[in-house]
Amino acid sequence: MTTPQPLQIRRRATGGETEIELSLDVPSDLEYVGPAVELIADELPGGPLSLRRIRFNFRTAFAEALANAIAYGNRRDPGRVVRVRVEVARDAVRLHVTDEGNGFDPADVPDPTLPERLEREDGRGLFVLRSLVDHVAFNEKGNSVCLTLRAG
Amino acid sequence: MSFSLKKDKHGVVVVGVDGQLIVGNRQELKQKVLDALDGGGKKFVIDFTKTGYIDSSGLGVLVSLSKKIREQGGDLRLCGLNEDLQTLFELTKLDTLFAIVRTPEEALAAF
Repeated sequence: MTTPQPLQIRRRATGGETEIELSLDVPSDLEYVGPAVELIADELPGGPLSLRRIRFNFRTAFAEALANAIAYGNRRDPGRVVRVRVEVARDAVRLHVTDEGNGFDPADVPDPTLPERLEREDGRGLFVLRSLVDHVAFNEKGNSVCLTLRAG
Repeated sequence: MSFSLKKDKHGVVVVGVDGQLIVGNRQELKQKVLDALDGGGKKFVIDFTKTGYIDSSGLGVLVSLSKKIREQGGDLRLCGLNEDLQTLFELTKLDTLFAIVRTPEEALAAF
């Protein structure tokens, strides 16, 4: 897959509890989801998360959060970006994904495993997200999510 | 990241998912399988042996393909799921919707 403009990852050592911070601005085009996930996952230092959790939990949860931010938050508006910030600490990796949309109420999202919803094509993103990480926190507006994967 | 399609000697269409099945490439998989369905394919196996991860859009496209194949009187089987992917299907209860077997050989033998 080719992307029309290269993604630029920024990396800084922070000191304190967070040792390294990675950040990335992602254009509001779903074609960027896969490349952005690979770029960040490849830059994650070994240590807090096992390779298996990086390969599956981190990548899948990140792809979900990013796709939601691009499609539902920024409504694929090319004038908007999704800001990604990853804090790598000894005890956890925290992934912040923030869009420029109006937010939503996660409590309004129905359970996709209900029998009447099982054969629907969409509506599983938030459920998958919650299943794969240790903690999910939205800001009050609902346009920024912080996913926490504890070390292990 | 790509999809391979091949037909075995019994006419079973075997689709390999290499890398990931996510929002950015799910339409490509959907189109390839629908083309094979239009071309007379009835029996389909999707092999995830070489798949790293699947997001909810990828799961959604599998649900959609399963319905379309069934509507045409066909049959879809999934195989090659690693432990993590198997868990994803179980959490979302999609393991109750799909015929899932361990290996491509088992999938082919089950038709």
